[in-house]
Amino acid sequence: MKKRWARRHIVEGIFKVLMLTSFVLVTGSLMFILWTIMSKGFPALSWAMLTQTPNGGYYLGKTGGILNAILGSLYMAGGGTLLALLFSLPTALYLETYLANSSWSQYVRLALDILWGIPSIVYGAFGFIFMLAIGMRASLLGGVIALTLLELPIMTRAMDEVIRLMPPDLEQAALALGSTRLEVALRVVTRQMLPGIVTAILLAFGRGIGDAASVLFTAGYTDRLPTSLLRPAASLPLAIYFQLSMPYPEVQNRAYAAALILTLIVLAVSLGSRALVRRLNKNIFR
Amino acid sequence: MDTHIQIRDLSVRYGERPVLNKINLDIPRGQITVIMGPSGCGKTTLLKGLNRFLELVDDAHVNGHVLIDGQDIYASDVDVTEIRRNVGLLAQRPYPLPMSIYDNVAYGMRIHQMVRNGSEMDARVKHYLEEAGLWEEVRDRLHKPAAALSMGQQQRLCLARGLAVNPAVLLGDEPTSALDPISAQHIERRLIALKREYTIVLVTHILRQAKRLADYVIFMYLGEMVECGSAQQVFEQPQQERTRAYLAGQF
Repeated sequence: MKKRWARRHIVEGIFKVLMLTSFVLVTGSLMFILWTIMSKGFPALSWAMLTQTPNGGYYLGKTGGILNAILGSLYMAGGGTLLALLFSLPTALYLETYLANSSWSQYVRLALDILWGIPSIVYGAFGFIFMLAIGMRASLLGGVIALTLLELPIMTRAMDEVIRLMPPDLEQAALALGSTRLEVALRVVTRQMLPGIVTAILLAFGRGIGDAASVLFTAGYTDRLPTSLLRPAASLPLAIYFQLSMPYPEVQNRAYAAALILTLIVLAVSLGSRALVRRLNKNIFR
Repeated sequence: MDTHIQIRDLSVRYGERPVLNKINLDIPRGQITVIMGPSGCGKTTLLKGLNRFLELVDDAHVNGHVLIDGQDIYASDVDVTEIRRNVGLLAQRPYPLPMSIYDNVAYGMRIHQMVRNGSEMDARVKHYLEEAGLWEEVRDRLHKPAAALSMGQQQRLCLARGLAVNPAVLLGDEPTSALDPISAQHIERRLIALKREYTIVLVTHILRQAKRLADYVIFMYLGEMVECGSAQQVFEQPQQERTRAYLAGQF
């Protein structure tokens, strides 16, 4: 009796240490990344970086700013997220409300999971070939479309996973009042699952704004501010990539500053939408 | 007896498992009909047959007819949303919609486009909250989330929400089983007050509740309708051996 008792406690002790180690590793690496970006990026950060376009060539310049990349990234990730939302919310609602657990829905989910796993460079290459075929040059629009494709499976599956948690009894309460399935989806499910839906949108936005490979060919790069959908557009991930590959420490530190800006954008969008959700959240059934 | 709902040869199976076997019943208008029986006897399935909720159950197969005011609700040309508007449901647990108290009551009237303007809506919301005995408790917080109400208040809100679409029939699937005694009593009183205007069909496994509420009683056992009749007759002079055994508390 006493021995078994002791063994259980030892096992618990070992697992506690394992869990704690994992926890420290994960939070530690996050802190380390943030510390690196901040310690190298902060000194290089200046008002000019936020308000000017690059001087002396996109990745050679030691002066000027990256406003073109900030705007380009915001436009592309914002546009891509909006376009992806246009398709993924209806898809996710259809999966839950109409298909439920039919075999069809399982195929769709499998397809989306595979798409989620495809490396982003493949989306970039696919978009590039497609654009060549219709005679389009690297442009802001091309970047938006590539990011839409990249974000679509992520957003749809993330929403789908959330919407599947919809309490069936709540859906039935609405059906019992004579709602059509569409009314249930739009008036009840969307409202009930709003926090999760917003999280899914954010997840996709974060993935989109941070992705370099898919916009490399499709949006190209430029020193100019993005003013036309059909002209090339700069982006933060590519600004980081190019600046970091320069042999000059000053330019490299500007890459860290760009990374810091990118991180802050994601953080701001994330905090902003969470605050919004909290305000809309009060009505939710628990 | 003025029959409101006629059930004819209703059989239901879930996959291969038969749950209801050729049920034939007449449910009277403007009374409280209580379906009772031990768990697993098919009471809830029978109830779900009356608002076509069985089609939400995977693998449920329904045969037979249910006529409400002479209209077969399983006919191919009926609009299921209209059936469900006409046949309200009070579930075991209250599930307020994720919106304000006011919007919960207004929801049904909005989707069925029953109200023309805002002041009419205000009046109706007030009326149905009063019918459900909730108005006095919520009148100054109509636009607060329904989720903040107590469980008993939520169930009365669900009652108001169900009444607001002007149904003729009200189903209750053990509507007090999740509530505290005081709240349960509230609901019971409302149901008794409402039976003049609505045909009420309740499922319960609480014998005492059945005795308190029932005008008409249906006793089910293992997927069959064993006995039905007026409350007085079934409770005082049951004809069937199984009914007597159930009333005596033997299963």
